[in-house]
Amino acid sequence: MFAYAVRRLGLGLLVVLAVTIVLFGVMQLMPGDPIRLIADPSRIPAHKIEQLREQWGLNRPPHVQYLYWLGNLLRGDFGHSIVSGQRVSVLIMARLPYTLMLALTSLFLHYLIAVPLGLLAAVRANSRLDRCIVLVTTALRTVPAFWLGIILMMTFGVRLGWLPISGFFGLSSIVLPVATLTLPSLGGTVRLTRSEVLETIREPYVLTAYAKGLRERAVTLRHVLRNALIPVTVMFFLSLPWVVGGSVIIENVFAWPGMGRLLWNSITNQDLPVVQGIIVIIAVLTVISNTLGDILSGLLDPRIRIELEEVRA
Amino acid sequence: MSGGQPATTTTAPRVAAKPRSVMRLVLRHGQLIAGLLMFLVVLGVAATVDSLAPRPFDEMDIPNRLMEPGPGRLLGTDHYGRDVLSRVLYGSRIALRVGLIVVTIETLLGVTLGLLAGYYGGWVDKVISFVTDMTWALPPIVLALAIVTALGPSLDNVIIAIALVSWAGYARLIRSKTQSLKNVPFVEAARALGESDLSIMFRYILPNTFSLIIVLATLSLPAAILSTTALSFLGLGSQPPAPDWGVILSEGLTFVGSAPWISVFPGLAIVWTALGFNLMGEGLRDILDPRMKA
Repeated sequence: MFAYAVRRLGLGLLVVLAVTIVLFGVMQLMPGDPIRLIADPSRIPAHKIEQLREQWGLNRPPHVQYLYWLGNLLRGDFGHSIVSGQRVSVLIMARLPYTLMLALTSLFLHYLIAVPLGLLAAVRANSRLDRCIVLVTTALRTVPAFWLGIILMMTFGVRLGWLPISGFFGLSSIVLPVATLTLPSLGGTVRLTRSEVLETIREPYVLTAYAKGLRERAVTLRHVLRNALIPVTVMFFLSLPWVVGGSVIIENVFAWPGMGRLLWNSITNQDLPVVQGIIVIIAVLTVISNTLGDILSGLLDPRIRIELEEVRA
Repeated sequence: MSGGQPATTTTAPRVAAKPRSVMRLVLRHGQLIAGLLMFLVVLGVAATVDSLAPRPFDEMDIPNRLMEPGPGRLLGTDHYGRDVLSRVLYGSRIALRVGLIVVTIETLLGVTLGLLAGYYGGWVDKVISFVTDMTWALPPIVLALAIVTALGPSLDNVIIAIALVSWAGYARLIRSKTQSLKNVPFVEAARALGESDLSIMFRYILPNTFSLIIVLATLSLPAAILSTTALSFLGLGSQPPAPDWGVILSEGLTFVGSAPWISVFPGLAIVWTALGFNLMGEGLRDILDPRMKA
């Protein structure tokens, strides 16, 4: 198990490394001379430009530049914003908590709603209630989050005036963005929970539990749900990066001061160091949560653990 | 989740269904029919929009700006006095075109890579699987944003970006399907007859994955439309005055308090289109591949 965890982590690091290479490649492929971002060659004499090139290492071959950049990344130095001149790490760290607040609240709420709904749908499989739950959550999946956000904003912010429309002014500001982020994504987890519960119900040990004379409730909660929730728990970690990705759009609808809004601002300003920094951070977050999810699935389910060890052997 | 499971069951030989039972099957799947009808409406609108729309999508009418929905202007007008109904109707063309292109590119990429990885195994599989995992590992919208940053904002670049980040799902499923198909007797027979690897892959294995590909394509089309409109909404895709649903929505955001109709209707159009494809895809999945059913 330990060896497996180490291997997963190694693979994750490799993915992050590959992401940095792709990002650096993208930067190299961009049209235009990067020196223009620092100085305007038409106003500054050529020898000064050369000096600047020397100073910023822009005259070195690309792979050397990449290694310098990577080395700086590893030391937590993401460079400086071209627009504001501030350190990228400072900019990101100021925004990251807001994004995590949004993503984590939404994720917890998501499971609080989706798991009971999925269980209910499975216990009453093929009933009208079941179809209703599946249909509504599936339909919600096709709702574009940015549109849902605008509709909620119109209803609860403008018409009813109950909640702030945008920005961050205390706890009430988080309600609309979290609702917007949570509602469309319910469908997947509801279905996963439902199908896992339905699969678990057919297991012999569930029959045994019934045969022992346990009540329906006890069987469902203690025997079925506990096992059915393993993949659902793993999905929790696997979906964290998706929620962070989704918040990029939501943050722009609600002018939420998070990383997603910073990313969008930086893209429209062509502020490359910030864009790169944010994407590297998201890649690292993704790899961490994916690895945690994989390791957790092995810990929770001995059957998976055995399978993994067989694969390794 | 079905893709992750080891494929222990070999695919049963396809039994040709009797026409009557197919009919009954379709009738039982109201979902598929509803989805198909919704899709046909969008297709019909896109095909006839030039005669259907009351006005050109970019005709300005400043005196009648921000008019409420009513007779004459069924869905109201926007801040330039443009007819919202006409803009939303014209948007169907962009949505279908974009969805189709994205799905075509990602199918070609994903299926080819999945076939190669599943058929050859070994280092080919290792390399392809690593690239797949890497693409899979990042939230697609973030990866797409990075690509658009490099290429510059435009609808074509958004199409490229979304297609480049969303083929991984195909590759994974086709890979595992190929792995389970490559040792099935008819493939071994083909090999014994001296068929080349390419011929086995494309003439023997590929046709057996068609039902899977059809379902995947139908289900990923709405996702493609949602992501491209999202990027257009952010101002990185279609540029105004294009009647892209995402563009109309983002223009409407400014007038969310005074003229909510500008943003309500393009959103409804997106939901209608995406829901139609989803219902259709799920209906098809139930018929073509019952084992994929949740």
